[in-house]
Amino acid sequence: MFAGTLVYAIVNSFTLILLAIGFNLTFGISGVANFAYGALYVLSAYLSWMMMNLLGLPFFPSVILSILATTLFGALMYRLVLLRVRGQALSEVIATFGIGLSILELFRYLGFVGFEYTLPVFFDHSFIIAGTYIDMQRISIVVLGFLLVVLLWLFTHHTSTGLAFRGIAQDERTALTFGIDSDWIATLSVSLGAGLAAIAATIIIPLGSISPSEGYDVLIKALAVCIIGGLGSTGGVIAAGFFIGFAERFTDTYFGSHWTMIVSLIAILIVLVIKPSGLFGQQKELEERI
Amino acid sequence: MKKRKERIDRGIKARSGDIFALSSWREMLYVAGPRLLPVILFLLLPLFLSPYWQRVMISLAVFALLAISWDMLAQSGMISLGQALFFGMGAYLSGIINHAWGIHPFITIPLATVFGGLICTLILLPVLRLRGIYFSMFTLILPLMLVRTIEATKVFGGTEGLSGMSPLPSGWLELYLIIIATLSVLFGFRRLMASDYGLVLKGIRDNDRSVTNAGINIYWFKAQALFLSSAVGAFAGAYMTHVYMFVGMPVFALDYSIMPIASAVVGGVGSFAGAILGASILVPLSELLRGIGGLRIVLYGLCLVIFIVAIPEGIFHYLQRKYQQVERWVDVDR
Repeated sequence: MFAGTLVYAIVNSFTLILLAIGFNLTFGISGVANFAYGALYVLSAYLSWMMMNLLGLPFFPSVILSILATTLFGALMYRLVLLRVRGQALSEVIATFGIGLSILELFRYLGFVGFEYTLPVFFDHSFIIAGTYIDMQRISIVVLGFLLVVLLWLFTHHTSTGLAFRGIAQDERTALTFGIDSDWIATLSVSLGAGLAAIAATIIIPLGSISPSEGYDVLIKALAVCIIGGLGSTGGVIAAGFFIGFAERFTDTYFGSHWTMIVSLIAILIVLVIKPSGLFGQQKELEERI
Repeated sequence: MKKRKERIDRGIKARSGDIFALSSWREMLYVAGPRLLPVILFLLLPLFLSPYWQRVMISLAVFALLAISWDMLAQSGMISLGQALFFGMGAYLSGIINHAWGIHPFITIPLATVFGGLICTLILLPVLRLRGIYFSMFTLILPLMLVRTIEATKVFGGTEGLSGMSPLPSGWLELYLIIIATLSVLFGFRRLMASDYGLVLKGIRDNDRSVTNAGINIYWFKAQALFLSSAVGAFAGAYMTHVYMFVGMPVFALDYSIMPIASAVVGGVGSFAGAILGASILVPLSELLRGIGGLRIVLYGLCLVIFIVAIPEGIFHYLQRKYQQVERWVDVDR
C-alpha cells in the first residue's frame, strides 16, 4: 500500500508540475498572471478532439495542430488585449479572467460535456511497479514532465531567446538597453505558456475526460502550486509540485479522498503565513511583500 | 496643424464644487440632483413594478451591494476575484444559525454580517501581507475550494444544502430593507472614502511603501477595509438566505464573483456610484436575456474584456465628465 501510494504520488506530482509550469513561465517572465490558463488547457483538448472526431484526422497531426493553434491563440491574446493594459495588474487579471470565462462557458453552453469527450492514450499498456498496477500513460506523464522541465531549463540557460527571457524577468529596463524587445518577449512568454498548457492537456487528459469545469480545476491547481512554490521560480514549482502531490496522495490513501482539497488549502495558508513569497521566491521577495 | 482636446470645468461646477457658497436654486440642484436622482428612483420605482420585476430589483440591489464591496477593496488596492466567499459565508452563517436554533431573521442577519465579515477577514489575513496579484489568486481559489470541501465532507447539508429558513415578515419590508441598505452603504462608503481615513486607504493602493514610511500600519488599515467590505458582502448573503429560504453550494458559485466585478468595471471603478450604475444595467439586462441561459456568462466575460481594454474608466466616469466639464478642440501651440 505504501509503495503503491508512493508511485502514484510521484505521478501526481509530475501532473501538478506539468499543469503549473506554463502559468509559472508566463508570470515569471512578463509578470502577466494568465487567468485564462485553465481555459487554454481545455481549449486545446477540445481542439484535438474536434480535429480527430469531426475532421477525422489521425492522432498526432491533430494534437500537434491544436498545440500550435493554442500557442497562436496565446500570442494573439497578448497582442490584441493584454498589450493595451500592460503593467496594470488589475486590468490584466480581469481581462485574462474574462477571456478564460468566455471560452469555458461557451463550451459549456455548446454542450461539450460528457465521457465521450476524451483523448486517446499514447500506448495502451500497463505493468506492475512495486506491486502496483500502473499504465503507460502515467509513466509518460512522469517521463514527459521530466523531459519538459529539462528542456525548459536548457532553453532558458543556453539559447539567446531564453537568456532574453531571463533578462526581462530580472530587470526589464536594463534588458531594454541591451536591445531586447520586451513586448516581443512578453508575447512569446504568453504564447509559450499557452503552448505548455496545451502540451499538458495532451498528456493528462487521456486519464480523464474534457469538461469546462476541468478548466477551473487546472487554474486552481496551477495557482496553488505557484503560490506555494513562489511565483516565477521554476525550482519552486518543482518543489511545490512534489510537496502538494505527495500530500494529496497520502491524505487520499490514509484519510480519504475528500480531504485532499483541504490539504492544499491549508498548505497554501501555512506557506503564506510563514513565508509569504513562497518556498523559493527569494528573488522578488522585496517586491512582493509589504 | 494639430488639434488637442481641452477639458474645462463648467462655470457652475467651479462655483458650486469646492466652496459651498450656494447662491441659487440652480446651483443647489446642480449639486444635489445627481445624488437625489438615484435615491428617488430606487425608493419610488418598486411601487410601480410587477412582483416579478420587484424580485429583479432585489437581486439588482444584492449585486449592487457586492459590487460596492468589491469596489471598496479595489480602492484599497486589493483586487478580489471571489466576492462569492463573502456572500457565501454570510449566507451559510445565517442559514446555519436559523436552521439550528430557529432564531428570527432580524437577529441572524446582523449576526451573520458581523461574524461573516470577521471570519472572512481572519481567513484572508495572511494574504494581506502580499501585494495585488496574490490576493486575487487566493480569493479566486478560496470559494471554489470551500465548495469542494462542503461537497466532499457533507457538512451543512452537503450538496443539497439547508432549506426551510424563516422568511422575512413581509414582502415590502424585504424589498425596502435591501434598497435602504444599498443606498446607505453607497453614501456611507462614499463619505468614508472622501475622509482622511479613505485617503490612507487610497494611499495604500497607490504607493504602499510611502504610506508605511509615514508611520502608518498598512496591514491594520487593509484589515479594516477588508472587514468593511466582507461585512457588506456577508450582509447580502445573509439577506438572500432569508429571501430564498434556502442556502446551499450555489452561494459560492462563480456568478457571485463575476457579476459584481463586471458591474463595477462596466459602471466605473473607484466611485461606488459606478458599481450601482453597472449593476442597474447588467442585472435587468441579464434578466431580459434569460432565454439564452449559459451564454450570459460568456457575455459578461466579453463585457469585462471590452470595457477593460476600450473604456477602462467606465460609464459613470464618462457621464460625470460630461456633466462637469465642457470639451473642445484647440490648436496645439508649436
